[in-house]
Amino acid sequence: MLEKIVFKDKLDGLLDKLGREYGLFAPVKDGIHTVWTAVFKAGDLDWNFTNTDLSPKGFLFPQTECMLVFENDPGSTEGMILKQPEPEDRPKALFNIRPCDAKAFAVLDLVFEQDPEKPDVYWKEKRGKTLLLGLACNNPCPACFCTSVNCGPHHTDGLDILMQDLGDRLLLTPVSPRAEGFISDLDHASEKDIKLASELEQKAVGMIKGRVNMENIQAGSIIDVFEHSAWERLHESCINCGTCTFYCPTCHCFDIQDETSGVYGRRVRNWDTCMSPLFTLHASGHNPRGGKLARFRQRFMHKFKYMPFRLKGALGCVGCGRCTQKCPVNIDVRHVVNKINNN
Amino acid sequence: MINPYLPYPVRIRDVRVATEDKSLRTFELEFINSEDARAFDYLPGQFAELSIAGCGEAPIGIASSPTEGDNLLFTVFRAGKVTSRLHNMNPGDIMGVRGPLGNPYPFDKIRGKNVVIIAGGYAVTTLRSTMIWLLHPDNRDNFGDITFIYGARTPGMLLYMQVIQEWEKSGQVEVYITIDREVPGWDRHVGFVPQIVEKVSPSPDNSVALICGPPVMIRFTQPGLDKIGWKGDQIILSMENRMKCGIGICGRCNVGPYYVCKDGPVFTKVQLDMLPKEY
Repeated sequence: MLEKIVFKDKLDGLLDKLGREYGLFAPVKDGIHTVWTAVFKAGDLDWNFTNTDLSPKGFLFPQTECMLVFENDPGSTEGMILKQPEPEDRPKALFNIRPCDAKAFAVLDLVFEQDPEKPDVYWKEKRGKTLLLGLACNNPCPACFCTSVNCGPHHTDGLDILMQDLGDRLLLTPVSPRAEGFISDLDHASEKDIKLASELEQKAVGMIKGRVNMENIQAGSIIDVFEHSAWERLHESCINCGTCTFYCPTCHCFDIQDETSGVYGRRVRNWDTCMSPLFTLHASGHNPRGGKLARFRQRFMHKFKYMPFRLKGALGCVGCGRCTQKCPVNIDVRHVVNKINNN
Repeated sequence: MINPYLPYPVRIRDVRVATEDKSLRTFELEFINSEDARAFDYLPGQFAELSIAGCGEAPIGIASSPTEGDNLLFTVFRAGKVTSRLHNMNPGDIMGVRGPLGNPYPFDKIRGKNVVIIAGGYAVTTLRSTMIWLLHPDNRDNFGDITFIYGARTPGMLLYMQVIQEWEKSGQVEVYITIDREVPGWDRHVGFVPQIVEKVSPSPDNSVALICGPPVMIRFTQPGLDKIGWKGDQIILSMENRMKCGIGICGRCNVGPYYVCKDGPVFTKVQLDMLPKEY
């Protein structure tokens, strides 16, 4: 039996142990928001949050990330030659990450490490040294539909340890081998606690009322889904603000820009958004996605048709509901997908 | 671990103004480290990100052939920020090359076939590479007849005329060069590329066409080829879209589920017919 039990008021031992190797971060309330913050002791943790406003993708894929550096001086012998900087900072542990956000990391592994010979080194370096300790959802948020998109409130994909909240104590299940060392000296969980956790999972699954149906999207040809008549009506209210792509835990499109200041120069990547006309604008002035409908459609096609096509069925959506919660014009991803699924 | 975003440092060896309006220049680039030249293992049809520290990157088709030695040739149209900066750079300047990226023309699959090359304007660059490669003694016998149809607006806008005349003289290629309108002293073809293709009427039997040009040229060439019996899987096109990463991650150059940078830039007409026209 691998499951361990730890009381919430006895968590400091585990946190100390983790803290020796990892910088610890967890969701904490900040006014009306829930944000990822550095934590140091059990008392810093919050047990009543639904999920963080921003997804944790920035830990592995920062909004601005330095890729290369160079000496901005053509006169110098090493000048103008781009070089890889030393990887920064110590490993991090994300404590109380929600299963949907860990699943998003597992999806992004398929994107950033699609070529095992030449992976995206910046993603891989941080992913390899980040420990994910997930907190299962007992009270899923109203916009959630994770059970429709290959995920669930107690899912373990992408996690190192799954933690299920039993009230005054946590049931810990190791998922990856590297997690086991941190919980090996904790008490074994009782049959009763394991059963309780399983009941909580059933209950949470039952609470998720949001559904998306994708059978026709998946079965249909790319052109048929692309040319669906519903896009016209669905896109009308979208203002192409890009809020959805900013909050989305799996949106990963980026731009690359160079910056200089005196003799210091660097190449950075920044989060980008397919909602912007600049995203696809050719230098000639031609724009293959020049219209709002084309950009609106691209985001959904990418997540629900193109990514599964490329990534052996993996969806570019984990059902966290952030895009629906944050959209300023109330576009609901569940509504969009269900409409497109109707032939 | 190989960092796919790290360009190889190169030195500009030579810069030549390539067209009368000076909108195109050809850059010869020399690898600073000889081991990088060996690592840069490419075939015609592939492209590279030309990388200028402090300015950015632009994806450009490789105009040289690997049979020509280690130096790389790129003919670049001045269009945006990076290409404008490049046009102001000089021999001796340091920059970077990241690649080779994308897929070459499918030489293994078209072995033994007649090759019809159709090029318009400065899209001829990777087809220059292709021609040099096909005509190399190591490769020439593996292919049938070679036909080269190429057009530009005016005589002064034609690229690579010197080497094209050499191909012509070698007797190994049928060459058709055209300009849009009559010009005094011009004794070759006159008319748009699609018209010349119809006139030449290349046989589709055991043949493939490699086509690279502006969208309007491709659009009007198609019906002419259809009429004389060409099928979609014989027509191979090279596409372009805005790119950044060049390795299928950053998300902008997709045509349907395919990234032009990673899955292309070479596609068959059959493949493109099944995809949205987002290019």
